[in-house]
Amino acid sequence: MAVSPPAIEVSGLRKAYGDKTVLDGIDLSVPQGSIYALLGPNGAGKTTVVNILTTLLPADSGTARILGDDVRRAERIRPLISVTGQFAAVDNLLTGEENLIMMANLYRLGRGRAKALAAELLEKFDLTAAGKARGVTYSGGMRRRLDLAMTLVAEPRVIFLDEPTTGLDPRSRHAMWEIVRDLTGRGVTIFLTTQYLEEADQLADRIGVLDHGVLVAEGSADELKRRMPGASVRLEFSAAEQLAAAAGLLAEAERDPKALALRVPTDGALRSLRVLLDRLDDAGVEVAKVSVLSADLDDVFLALTERPPDSMERPAAVAGRPTARKEML
Amino acid sequence: MSASIAVRNSGTMLHRSLRHGVRFPMMLVTGLVTPVILLLMFVYIFGGALGSGADGMPGGRSAYLDYIAPSMFLTTVCYGGGTTAVTVSVDMTQGIINRFRTMPISQSALMAGHILGGVLRTLAAVGLIMAAAVGLGFRPHASGVQWVAAAGLLVLVTVGLTCLTIAFGAAAKSPGGANTAVLPLQILPLISSAFVATRTMPTPVRLFAEYQPFTPIINTLRGLLVGGPIGQDAWIAAVWCVGAALIGFTWSRRSFSQRR
Ligand SMILES: Nc1ncnc2c1ncn2[C@@H]1O[C@H](COP(=O)(O)OP(=O)(O)OP(=O)(O)O)[C@@H](O)[C@H]1O
Ligand SMILES: [Mg+2]
Repeated sequence: MAVSPPAIEVSGLRKAYGDKTVLDGIDLSVPQGSIYALLGPNGAGKTTVVNILTTLLPADSGTARILGDDVRRAERIRPLISVTGQFAAVDNLLTGEENLIMMANLYRLGRGRAKALAAELLEKFDLTAAGKARGVTYSGGMRRRLDLAMTLVAEPRVIFLDEPTTGLDPRSRHAMWEIVRDLTGRGVTIFLTTQYLEEADQLADRIGVLDHGVLVAEGSADELKRRMPGASVRLEFSAAEQLAAAAGLLAEAERDPKALALRVPTDGALRSLRVLLDRLDDAGVEVAKVSVLSADLDDVFLALTERPPDSMERPAAVAGRPTARKEML
Repeated sequence: MSASIAVRNSGTMLHRSLRHGVRFPMMLVTGLVTPVILLLMFVYIFGGALGSGADGMPGGRSAYLDYIAPSMFLTTVCYGGGTTAVTVSVDMTQGIINRFRTMPISQSALMAGHILGGVLRTLAAVGLIMAAAVGLGFRPHASGVQWVAAAGLLVLVTVGLTCLTIAFGAAAKSPGGANTAVLPLQILPLISSAFVATRTMPTPVRLFAEYQPFTPIINTLRGLLVGGPIGQDAWIAAVWCVGAALIGFTWSRRSFSQRR
């Protein structure tokens, strides 16, 4: 083979249920060994994309290839992939260990290898103590971890994870992230969907934002954040009069009277910040504290997947969000 | 995919199915306890009255036991079918089927696990009911050949009804729905020659009873185990069983390959 094909290559993918269009022409390409995160609000079509790519669902039109093979040739795709669906797919009547051994048997790993691998995975997912208990007795998070462990029994080249960390506590989530990073270190490609922007930020090489069946944005976390013009400066004052005076000067500012603070939109450049502070200084307004708030992925997500302009609430909600990244001055 | 892989995967699936069989106590209750209760009820409550010797019915309680024991074996197969349908429906509706479908496992291996598991589980229940009947005083007077033929027919019925109930389970929207779908199969033996001679029934019911599949099956089983006319019934019984197996198999293959 001359050039190795991308792990996942999708073009013009469409899917409708009846007259409800769920995917309206998706194009994306995921290089081998990378992590791709698909973000999107409920009902955006994330699971539908995963189902098509994992041979569970036929697309109406468009093409999807895994490592160069068309997904319609299910028998060629299935040995290449491993999938954790949105809803845990574990056998409730079997114990955790038996579930893993069953998977190992289905991949025909041999008795000794199966047992060893099951023990290893139980350990890795912090389930050793529950290994002999049946699936029914597991908590939601334990079931999710067992589900993920079952996905790793095979040694696939592409792994699909549909909301893998939904329902996991923070410790398990971080453990999961470590496991995912470790997998890509071994050349495995990961395609995941998530509701957690932080997760995409932490893990993904590229992020696609899906809304109403359309990829509304795509890029690295930084690229997406840069698309967000809405950086702002937060000014805090020590007295209400100061706040009132500043608000009089800065018509575009948004007031937060309880915190005695103003939020002023900015392009983030040092020059405009200096101009702003100089204006306040000239007017004799004393600023107690200044912080620059850059847009985080939450803002990007909310802005990109904004509902039609029938509600005026949403933009205000964006502006008022607490942001993760603050740069203190 | 090579045949040997399919066979090994079928083995794994069968192993799984058998484990389910012993771990689903609810199903053990409906699959085994119900037939036992029915057996006791018919022998000790209705047996005195029904075993009156009139209208071709046997005379006396123990003769009545001989009369209905073969029917109870068949009824047990029907209750086993309920377990099978529910088990399949649980698999189809609780996510694990989608995991299997993304794996390099053939659909035939998935179905083989259910078919073989269902047949073995049901036959085990039939064996236990046989033991219970013998414990109550059932004394078949069949020759070796007749025993083999009776066992063969029971296996054939079990295969037919297992395939059919797998189809019910695979098509049902929920395990509860699967259970309901099998209910008619569990009631049908009551409107047959299973517990009373059909000639005692009013004409419309009698006609239904004589032409429904369970009557020839029961007549054949009874004839083989405790004596009685068989005639054409053996062939009719075999045709019904093979038909049920074929329809059930084709229908479930379609349901298994359909995503929901
Ligand atoms: N079998 C189906 N029949 C009809 N509509 C469906 C079916 N499956 C999904 N849909 C619709 O397709 C749309 C996309 O669903 P999908 O499950 O892909 O969303 P999602 O992005 O995964 O959402 P979530 O974040 O809630 O998991 C939804 O509007 C859903 O109602
Ligand atoms: Mg989803």
